[in-house]
Amino acid sequence: MAYALPLRLNGLRFAIGSTEIIRGITLELREGAPSLLVGPNGAGKSVLLRLLHGLLAPSGGTVEWAGPAARPPGLAPRDAMVFQRPVLLRRSVLGNTTYPLRLLGHGRAEARLRAEAALERVGLGRLLHRPARLLSGGEQQRLALARAWALAPEVLFLDEPTAALDPAATRSVEAIVVAIAESGTKVVMTTHDLAQARRLGGEVLFLHHGRVVERAEAEAFFAGPRTEEAAAFLRGELFW
Amino acid sequence: MTDLGATFNAAWRLLAGPDPALAGIVGLSLQTSLLAVLLAAIPGLPLGAWLAVHRFPGRGAVVAFANAMMGLPPVVAGLVLYLLLSRSGPLGGFGLLFTPGALVLAQAVLVAPILVALSRQALEALWEEYEEQLRSFGAGPGRAVRTLLWEGRFALMTVLLAGFGRAAAEVGAVMIVGGNIEGYTRTMTTAIALETSKGDLPLALALGGVLLAVVMLVNGLAQVLRGAAQQGR
Repeated sequence: MAYALPLRLNGLRFAIGSTEIIRGITLELREGAPSLLVGPNGAGKSVLLRLLHGLLAPSGGTVEWAGPAARPPGLAPRDAMVFQRPVLLRRSVLGNTTYPLRLLGHGRAEARLRAEAALERVGLGRLLHRPARLLSGGEQQRLALARAWALAPEVLFLDEPTAALDPAATRSVEAIVVAIAESGTKVVMTTHDLAQARRLGGEVLFLHHGRVVERAEAEAFFAGPRTEEAAAFLRGELFW
Repeated sequence: MTDLGATFNAAWRLLAGPDPALAGIVGLSLQTSLLAVLLAAIPGLPLGAWLAVHRFPGRGAVVAFANAMMGLPPVVAGLVLYLLLSRSGPLGGFGLLFTPGALVLAQAVLVAPILVALSRQALEALWEEYEEQLRSFGAGPGRAVRTLLWEGRFALMTVLLAGFGRAAAEVGAVMIVGGNIEGYTRTMTTAIALETSKGDLPLALALGGVLLAVVMLVNGLAQVLRGAAQQGR
């Protein structure tokens, strides 16, 4: 069910001083399989996510939630975001997860139930009372994902959630991302890891120099990119 | 040499045996210092957190002012308070001058800028780390301030201890507005100043020892708290 989706970008631009980071993006994100923003470092992926999430204000153009409702029913938020480096509060694993739920207006008991269920789903059910800052890197990222998942947002923005993780932790995070997508949340995720983009499927939006150069189903993109830049990127020959 | 030895001996006997005068002075000092820190913390810490979170025109000037007030000369603060609290002053009606209440007020005035400036500094670093995440959660400014005060609790404890150290070691302002009245507004610091000028060195030394111990204990506690904070609990 789409509520706030589709998300329409029209001529979206973002610049810091005279440095243009996003140079005019027009597209529409719809409900369904994950949308993966891929591209080299500096392509503007993280900035684009922040613009979509509303953490940055566009320098030009618009970001419009064009769906029939402002947000899903109940207390679910329209969109949530998980950052590359999880920002964890100096509280327990459970305390971290209930914090945004309480902020949304869930009662204490309800927040706890939802938090426990989400933590159980990411395999942290036995670490509820551990200080969050003492978790390993992989556990911290799983906690950040559970914290966002517990909110049941319509859209979840993920900024390179596996960039700092080892292969095993990366696999477990990917499994969680797949489960979140299957639970009905639209996942919009940046990655520069091509193998990961291939595994997670959905559609690929290839960003280069602040523009979306190519957009295709993941399978088609990896089988035969249509643009020279994307082909060079897939061969590992695209340098900034 | 023997004089000095005798002085130390006498001071030691004062500390070892129960001495009601000494205990009274120490008790009053600790009590007023503690109350002053509490009084200063109620507006001071939220104000520091507020300054850490908000960007507004003139913020730089406010921060600079708070920092400058940390160096407020105590005798000047004492003088100003004296004028305010004296019978003909605007706050004279409360009859606070030369009472323990005036001591608390003077110490609080000197401690408050320290709490504001140091908590602003500590929480600003924390805010840099948290800002995006808290905005992402949809936390408004009021909630952000409250969250920072809790998240920075270990750092803020060391800020409070720094304030307590300043309050306990204060002489000038406390001397002026308290009047150093024996058994009523005589604190460790004013007693040391008085007894030294009178030549009663054993009592001054004993009080000096207690004051030193208090300050060291406070700093030790701060150290332990910093350790706990670094562990990320």
